[in-house]
Amino acid sequence: MRTIEFREALREALTEEMRRDEKVFLMGEEVAEYNGAYKVSKGMLAEFGAKRVIDTPIAELGFAGIGVGAAMNGLRPVIEFMTFNFSLVAIDQVINSAAKMMSMSGGQFSCPIVFRGPTASAGMLSSQHSQAFENWYANCPGLKVVVPSNPADAKGLLKSAIRDDDPVIFMESEQMYGDKGEVPEGEYLIPIGVADIRKEGTDVTVVSFGKIFKVATAAVKELEKEGVNAELIDLRSVRPIDYDTIINSVKKTNRLVIVEEAWPLASISADIAFHVQKKAFDHLDAPVTRVNSADVPLPYAPTLIEPALPNVARIVKAIKEVMYASA
Amino acid sequence: MEKTATKAKSGKAEKTDFPKETYLWWYEQMLLMRRFEEKAGQLYIQQKIRGFCHLYIGQEAIAAGGESAIRKTDRIITAYRDHAHPIVRGMHPKYVMAELFAKATGCSKGKGGSMHMFSKEFNFFGGHGIVGGQVPLGAGIAFADKYNNNDNVTLCLMGDGAVRQGALHEAFNMAMLWKLPVIYIIENNNYAMGTSVERTSNVHDLYKLGSAYEMPSFQVDGMRCETVHEAVAEAAVRARKGGGPTLLEIKTYRYRGHSMSDPGTYRSKEEVEEYKKLDPIEQVLATLKKNKWIDDKGVENMEAKIKALVEESVKFAEESPFPTPDELYKDVYAQKDYPYITE
Repeated sequence: MRTIEFREALREALTEEMRRDEKVFLMGEEVAEYNGAYKVSKGMLAEFGAKRVIDTPIAELGFAGIGVGAAMNGLRPVIEFMTFNFSLVAIDQVINSAAKMMSMSGGQFSCPIVFRGPTASAGMLSSQHSQAFENWYANCPGLKVVVPSNPADAKGLLKSAIRDDDPVIFMESEQMYGDKGEVPEGEYLIPIGVADIRKEGTDVTVVSFGKIFKVATAAVKELEKEGVNAELIDLRSVRPIDYDTIINSVKKTNRLVIVEEAWPLASISADIAFHVQKKAFDHLDAPVTRVNSADVPLPYAPTLIEPALPNVARIVKAIKEVMYASA
Repeated sequence: MEKTATKAKSGKAEKTDFPKETYLWWYEQMLLMRRFEEKAGQLYIQQKIRGFCHLYIGQEAIAAGGESAIRKTDRIITAYRDHAHPIVRGMHPKYVMAELFAKATGCSKGKGGSMHMFSKEFNFFGGHGIVGGQVPLGAGIAFADKYNNNDNVTLCLMGDGAVRQGALHEAFNMAMLWKLPVIYIIENNNYAMGTSVERTSNVHDLYKLGSAYEMPSFQVDGMRCETVHEAVAEAAVRARKGGGPTLLEIKTYRYRGHSMSDPGTYRSKEEVEEYKKLDPIEQVLATLKKNKWIDDKGVENMEAKIKALVEESVKFAEESPFPTPDELYKDVYAQKDYPYITE
């Protein structure tokens, strides 16, 4: 199978959907003439023209709202945030407009819109540019939240997100855009809300999603050397969450570690832990454990980032903890 | 900047160019809004209507004069003072009353309430509850019409409080940059809840805000349907021709409080009485009478017709069922089988 970059997979999804449906357009900062801050939309202005690939001023609240209005009136906007850190100035339109439109209009106005861009840390960018907001958006009914971890999923999930009749938050990572992976040729869709068991195993279940899934994978591989056979689940979306896949896995392995880049409080890991204790209490041989970012704003210095983010060592330690294995 | 002259456009017109039918329509529509809302106010006190309830009384000429200046295929979006707009668009008032009663037959199925009236059928894109939030939405609705190459225009209404929100400035900038067919109407009733325009900024003539974006901007007498209609009609012509947005600061007055729970301590009774002398319904009625287009009997008949319509609306709302509990998990997603978390 051919191998392409994550950003190319996204571009293919966008391009194919824009060719397929005239109502789809891309709007955001630097998406057109600059070819995208992270080159996701490279070449798209040339193909689709300025009507459908639209540069905006730096005004996230304004263009997020324009996107929602356009979706109410029949279009299918893809709104790019240069990062989800900047989506916070637009969050009123995401939460109060996009997520509420169906409900408060009694089902009259749907809002088929995709808000996409990178989330979480991306190198030494300090606290305002390093935040993982997946759980913030996942908390809000009316939205769907997709967080792919690899190029093939990114393409299939973005195509589904664009065709979805509900508002979808689609969260990428600056640190994934250059990742290469096998991506099938041609048209395919991956349904939103279905987790992927990336590796079957028997000893412990490891659940993760998005960029940090790579780190979880590395930890699982590390432990394979020690004979630990972990089952590795990629959630792919955090609203909805495929609880059944997690619970079925835990019933088999009896142990669970969740790896997530967001802060610990009110996180996806906390939510999964609740569901697992509720549905698989008698199957658990150890308390559910998680690896999140440290409960602090992410600082600049590498010596402070290192102990703050989930890393292989911390994940290995967590897995050993639930297996009551010595470190 | 001069080419987008922000000249004030106010004061009384010398004579009328509008036919009898238009005056009668304005009269009927405004009387309906007024009597409907007077009734809604009473029903709120009786706790038949709950939640917040923001009445439009005093501002009717903007809905009536705006609607008469546009087409049914055009779009309207506004804030939470939104009972009048679906009615003036043509919806039977009983669906608005049922919504106020939180009934399943309401225009938003009892899920929106006073602040969230919607009607896709009548191109009413809703009442929105976050001050200024509808301003980018209005630009987006217009964006879609321009994208689709039709000549629809969008009327996006807001109160004077909304002009101090950042969302408005971002939306104005892009609407003007992209020449979107949107007509922004500030319903300036001089009070953002209890805070007067003068207390919120050094800029008291709100139409001047448009000049920062070179948006054609005008001040309009909002107590008269004629001036509202003329200003909106002119803006609609510009928008349909690709000339982009217009900002209309329409000076009006609300007789009632910001909401039903407003003590009104921020303004004098005398001030309210002064504005009532400019009552838009009385002004239209005076023109109708002066031209002998209506007589006392005609007024009586109109009042009776409106009264019956409002009573019918209340009866419909009273007799309608509340939404059944199974409605809770409907209309949140377009996806019919969304897996809600239920424990």
